[in-house]
Amino acid sequence: MIRHVRFLGSPKPGEGRIWVIAGPFLWFMIFFVIPFVVVAKISLSTAAVSIPPYVPLVGWGEDGTLNIALHFGNYHFLLTDPEYVIAYLSSLRNAAVTSLVTLLIGYPVAYAIATTKETLRGPLLMLVIMPFWTSFLIRVYAWIGILKPNGLINNFLMSLGLINHPLDILNNQFSVYVGMVYAYLPFMILPLYSCLEKMDHSLLEAANDLGARPIRAFVSITLPLSLPGIIAGSLLVFIPAVGEYIIPTLLGGADTLTIGTVLWNEFFGNRDWPVASTVAVALIVLLVGPLMLLQHFQSKGERS
Amino acid sequence: MAKKYFRRATVIAFALAVFVGTGAQAQQSSLNIYNWNDYIAPETIPNFEKATGIKVTYDVYDANETLEAKLSAGGSGYDIVVPTLVPFAARQIQAGFYQPLNKAKLTNIGHLDKSLLARMAAYDKDNSYLIPWMTGLVGIAYNVDKIKQIMPDAPVDSLRMLFDPEIVSKFKDCGVSMIDSPTEVFPPALKMIGLNPDSQNIADLQKAADVHFKVRPYIRRYDSSEYINALANGDICVAWGYSSDIQIAKHRAMEAGKGVNIAFAIPKEGAQRYIDTLAVPKDAPHAEAAWKFLDFIMQPEEIAKTSNKIYVQSGNADARQFVTPDVANDPGIFPSAEVEQTIYSISPSTPDVDRARTRFWTRVKTGH
Repeated sequence: MIRHVRFLGSPKPGEGRIWVIAGPFLWFMIFFVIPFVVVAKISLSTAAVSIPPYVPLVGWGEDGTLNIALHFGNYHFLLTDPEYVIAYLSSLRNAAVTSLVTLLIGYPVAYAIATTKETLRGPLLMLVIMPFWTSFLIRVYAWIGILKPNGLINNFLMSLGLINHPLDILNNQFSVYVGMVYAYLPFMILPLYSCLEKMDHSLLEAANDLGARPIRAFVSITLPLSLPGIIAGSLLVFIPAVGEYIIPTLLGGADTLTIGTVLWNEFFGNRDWPVASTVAVALIVLLVGPLMLLQHFQSKGERS
Repeated sequence: MAKKYFRRATVIAFALAVFVGTGAQAQQSSLNIYNWNDYIAPETIPNFEKATGIKVTYDVYDANETLEAKLSAGGSGYDIVVPTLVPFAARQIQAGFYQPLNKAKLTNIGHLDKSLLARMAAYDKDNSYLIPWMTGLVGIAYNVDKIKQIMPDAPVDSLRMLFDPEIVSKFKDCGVSMIDSPTEVFPPALKMIGLNPDSQNIADLQKAADVHFKVRPYIRRYDSSEYINALANGDICVAWGYSSDIQIAKHRAMEAGKGVNIAFAIPKEGAQRYIDTLAVPKDAPHAEAAWKFLDFIMQPEEIAKTSNKIYVQSGNADARQFVTPDVANDPGIFPSAEVEQTIYSISPSTPDVDRARTRFWTRVKTGH
């Protein structure tokens, strides 16, 4: 017992740290690095009709030689057909629009919550988180009921006599944006809120005393101070939005081509696990950039 | 102390394993089934459990691709699965997914439909791997009243309903939907332009894709599950789909009582029959229980309950006498002998043709 206390009291440099890091590190190894290596390995193979449906990379020759065959052709293949490039670009566009719109909607919401009475903040934040208690799939399905030709919006507008033909607002790019902005909004509001809430409001009073108009004060004080929140929120929305599969599938039209659809086609339609894995690896590489940016800004935020 | 405890636990575990092992050989007590959604009468599983004491775990999927991906990975843990014959079960047999049927234990196998078995033998030599479960046709669904209103002389029993731009354009506003499954949309398009619906020629597939391009502007949605409800609610008025789905839509519409009247038509140019089959994966953990279940559901009275529930023709010829008249007398479910003559089959394709077909289909849907 005493020994235990002494150990905690005088840690040898670096010894305790290893154990603290080990947890997250193991987690990262098991749930990211190992699966990624497996996927990357499959991406260097070719499809076959067997269990599992690809040619093993490592095999033994008849004379006992070890054969390792790596096919890099799949990566070249992605560039030969515009389908993949178009799918990546439209996924990036969907994610960018979603991030921008969630920022425009989420910023005022987060600002309002952060500046309201302290007793009200808890319940308001609760309202932001509340939708997570319902299954994500059901919430997306609910949007079909709201947007469809004889759904809530169209029936309401028709009963008012504002339109006499149902608006075409489901199964197109618009409904995909609606669904994505709706689904990802909390991921924008929460980091923004935590950033704005910590802000020192006496700075705004000082600006006011020095004659700055509210807009000027906002632009030169609030906005720069909330920049880490904006970046964290945008990346939290952008990164999962690039790979989003469910929302474009359910709310999109036939012409919606995203990286999720392409992955489905390769994996299930063509049963070509190697090409599917190649598409996945390329997507991860595409996302590493934003991820590193997030890391960079977070560590910078912690230092300051 | 701890060591002693551990040793004792090991001994007990070994004893248990031996005991359970011998028990399992005499009688397996559980069974894992993986079937399509809405594809069995609700009383079948409880009846089987009561009759045999075997506990059934029943999971569902809604696409052949999902099943295939699970089986491809190996070790799925399922004892009975229900792949569609062509192209899925056909190529899965070749890839060694399944074990041969233990016909000595399948005493009711004589009730099966001989003509279906003959059709299946082209892909499953000597019918050694597959048992027919349910079968249906790919055809046209339409909303009777809306079509009458828009085009009284519409050729409802012709492929022109969906593949002739002049006709399908008339139904654009009331909604047209097509299943999102390359293997079921290329054959009718090939048929429409007088080519072999089973063509494995990539140039022919390109021509079929052109047929789809021409009707593309009038199709609201390509989808394989939502269209059931959309038909039943009156959101769409024409659809290309599976007869079993369309029957569900028709009966849902009748139950809802909102005056939506759905009908199914077999295209007179010829239609594609799909046969969903029962198979036992090679690594099934409870094969003995699987044979018991297969024998159980091959009793004509048992399988007739599923036919009645989901309005589909089963693979069991002797079950027809137990099927209710409104199902047995529906020519959309049990086609006449002349119609049966026009029904064609599709063969499994090589990976290159599969890739080309999927690619053409993506291009039809997205324009890219």
